[in-house]
Amino acid sequence: MIAEAGLAALWLAAALAFLQLGLVWFGLTTDKPELLASVRPVAVAQGVLTALSFALLVTLFLRSDMSVALVATNSHSAKPWLYKFAGTWGNHEGSMLLWVMVMGIAGMAVALFERALRRDTHMATLGAQAMISLGFYAFLLFSSNPFARVNPAPPDGQGLNPLLQDPGLAFHPPTLYLGYVGLSVAFSFAVGALLTRNVDAVFARAMRPWILAAWILLTLGITAGSYWAYYELGWGGWWFWDPVENASLMPWLAATALLHSVTVLATRDALRAWTIMLAVVAFSMSMVGTFLVRSGILTSVHAFAVDPERGTFILGLLALYIGGALALFGWRIGTVREGAQFELVSRETMLVVNNLLLSVILGLVLIGTLYPLMTEAFGHKVSVGPPYFDRIAGPVALALVIAMAAGPLTRWRKDQARAVAGRLLVPAIVLLLAFAVVSVLAWGRIGVLPFLGLVIAAGVAVGSVAPLWKRNLRRTPLFTYGMVIAHLGCAVSLAGMAADSAFTVEKLVAARPGGVIETAGWKVRFDAITPIAGDNWTALQGDMTASRGSGSPIDIHPQARFFTAPPTNTTEAALLTRWDGQLYVVLGQEADDGRWQVRIWWKPFVTLIWLGGMMIALGGTLSLLGRERRGWLQKLRRRSAVAAA
Amino acid sequence: MAVVMKAKHQRLVLALVALAALIGAGLLAASALRDEAAYFYTPQDAKTKHIEPGKAIRLGGMVVKGSLKRAPDGVTINFDVTDNKAVVPATFNGIAPDLFKEGTGVVAEGSFNPQGTFVATNLLAKHDERYMPPELKGMKYDEKSRKLTANSSPVAQP
Repeated sequence: MIAEAGLAALWLAAALAFLQLGLVWFGLTTDKPELLASVRPVAVAQGVLTALSFALLVTLFLRSDMSVALVATNSHSAKPWLYKFAGTWGNHEGSMLLWVMVMGIAGMAVALFERALRRDTHMATLGAQAMISLGFYAFLLFSSNPFARVNPAPPDGQGLNPLLQDPGLAFHPPTLYLGYVGLSVAFSFAVGALLTRNVDAVFARAMRPWILAAWILLTLGITAGSYWAYYELGWGGWWFWDPVENASLMPWLAATALLHSVTVLATRDALRAWTIMLAVVAFSMSMVGTFLVRSGILTSVHAFAVDPERGTFILGLLALYIGGALALFGWRIGTVREGAQFELVSRETMLVVNNLLLSVILGLVLIGTLYPLMTEAFGHKVSVGPPYFDRIAGPVALALVIAMAAGPLTRWRKDQARAVAGRLLVPAIVLLLAFAVVSVLAWGRIGVLPFLGLVIAAGVAVGSVAPLWKRNLRRTPLFTYGMVIAHLGCAVSLAGMAADSAFTVEKLVAARPGGVIETAGWKVRFDAITPIAGDNWTALQGDMTASRGSGSPIDIHPQARFFTAPPTNTTEAALLTRWDGQLYVVLGQEADDGRWQVRIWWKPFVTLIWLGGMMIALGGTLSLLGRERRGWLQKLRRRSAVAAA
Repeated sequence: MAVVMKAKHQRLVLALVALAALIGAGLLAASALRDEAAYFYTPQDAKTKHIEPGKAIRLGGMVVKGSLKRAPDGVTINFDVTDNKAVVPATFNGIAPDLFKEGTGVVAEGSFNPQGTFVATNLLAKHDERYMPPELKGMKYDEKSRKLTANSSPVAQP
């Protein structure tokens, strides 16, 4: 019964989305404003139903109901409950239901909490959200029904891909989806604004918190995903420029650009058309990403449930929504009045530079990701990997980071070039000092990009904090702190990336139990191999101790795991985190003569990469809280003023 | 710089700058792709077309039965890759994926050394026994005859 109820809830939600679209359409085009009164309740009901449907699917997974095809093919009764739970979205249908639920809940949130937006724009936004949702409801119901039964029910399921059996699965996909799909709100806002001819600073201030929230979650999702791949794949890498990774990076790049341009629109009422365009592009990138991931047309190192047939469906939706939005943009953008002007030397210009560079990186990543598809049409099989992306996106990203340090030190509307240069003096001196230090330490021994990365990270770190210089720190608004922390996070992350690629030491040996492996100041003693057993796996575990200098030895246990359902081997790397880096140990295969392959990396300051990512998300959160709190304070003041009068 | 540009002008300039940046990015991408895109070769392609030593490519085929040998250092393996038309010797230093075995499909990333041996930097053999690299789609491996044959219907992906 649970499966049928879940399916019914999904159909009902789809029907409500249809109703929502109709109400908005007729409410705005005909003289029946009373129709609009029911739009918000309908949106809320839709959100609740999608959540219910998803909760029912989770229940089916937790109960291991093998009569449901999805559970039977992706779960197993012997799995620990956490992976039964998280396994709900570790497959195609479940993850698409998660997508639809996030979309429904985002629509519900816009219906409930959006107060600043003009009423007709608000309604048009909800109509647009219903319109996008409908496509994905159709996708689920007609081609990816998660609730389909299988008759007769198999005695037990086939199990979850063991690479996914990790706490990372519980956190990474939902966060990423919240960010991905949260951008649909920005898309709907843009469509709503175009339809109701309402693009101005007030609109931008209403849209900004939604963008910010989606962007924060996207940042967290990418950071978490990167760390998960880093420790789970056992390759010591944290970013492979894999199509699936690029699929999450591209919406982030667009959302970052959007976040900055919407600030220009909100503060100075400039960049109107461009901001609307970016809002369309950002969610389009989410959909392109979903298409790339779900269709499996590109080879990926990450474990994913793919289905080429369904890729076509998503491609259709993609063409429909992106094409429709761009057509609307072309049709209506003429009616968007010119925004405010600005001088060449101004914060606005710096943010235009930010947007341009982000767009360029986005373009480069998009071209590199899709290039294999394009050449395949001409019969060439090609793969584009790190050499392309590093070489091409690296320098632009470094330029972007420099602009990021200069931007906040430039005044809105009009500034003097000399004054800006003066404010950049200290960061520039730090940059030169860093250049000298890194040159002495590593000249000629490390690559150009890591070298520049280290130097620029130092200068930019100081530049990021410079906006707080000579300010009353207690009266500085929270969102300024947010910006400073996020920018500092970029510098921290950059430093981690550069340090990792410049100074990582790798050692690969075949060692006998009892032997000692020495590398990068570490002594790893390989004591023994012990067999151990987990809930649904067995493993050969390397018992090792690692010590550095005169420090006491610490036990580490890299494992080679064997899962039975489905039969698969995985490696569990042992990670030892120190303030100045991570020791990363992988146990490989047994050679014929009783030796074991052991691979050890010492990665100096690699953890800064994810620390920086978290700082960026924290900065976004502070900024969101700061802006929102200011809104509440103003509202309170207005209310008390009204009460006093 | 004190002159405020006319509204129309500013919009035009912004649009032109954006256009220039995007075209520049496109050209940059095109040139980098020409150098850095790794083409996929079968052993036969590799034998007939001249591939410069050191140029990053991907080599795909089946690991020849009986060719897999481990070097004395315990971490280097040597093997032959075939598409039944040609055989290419390959070497790999590292921990091979568990599903990398004789008689299974492999896609190796790397480049040829001047001696004509393919030096793999990465072996892509998926964590799933049913997996066939997309590049080898349309080929079928027969367990009994141990032959790789072209197959008109693509191999089903898991």
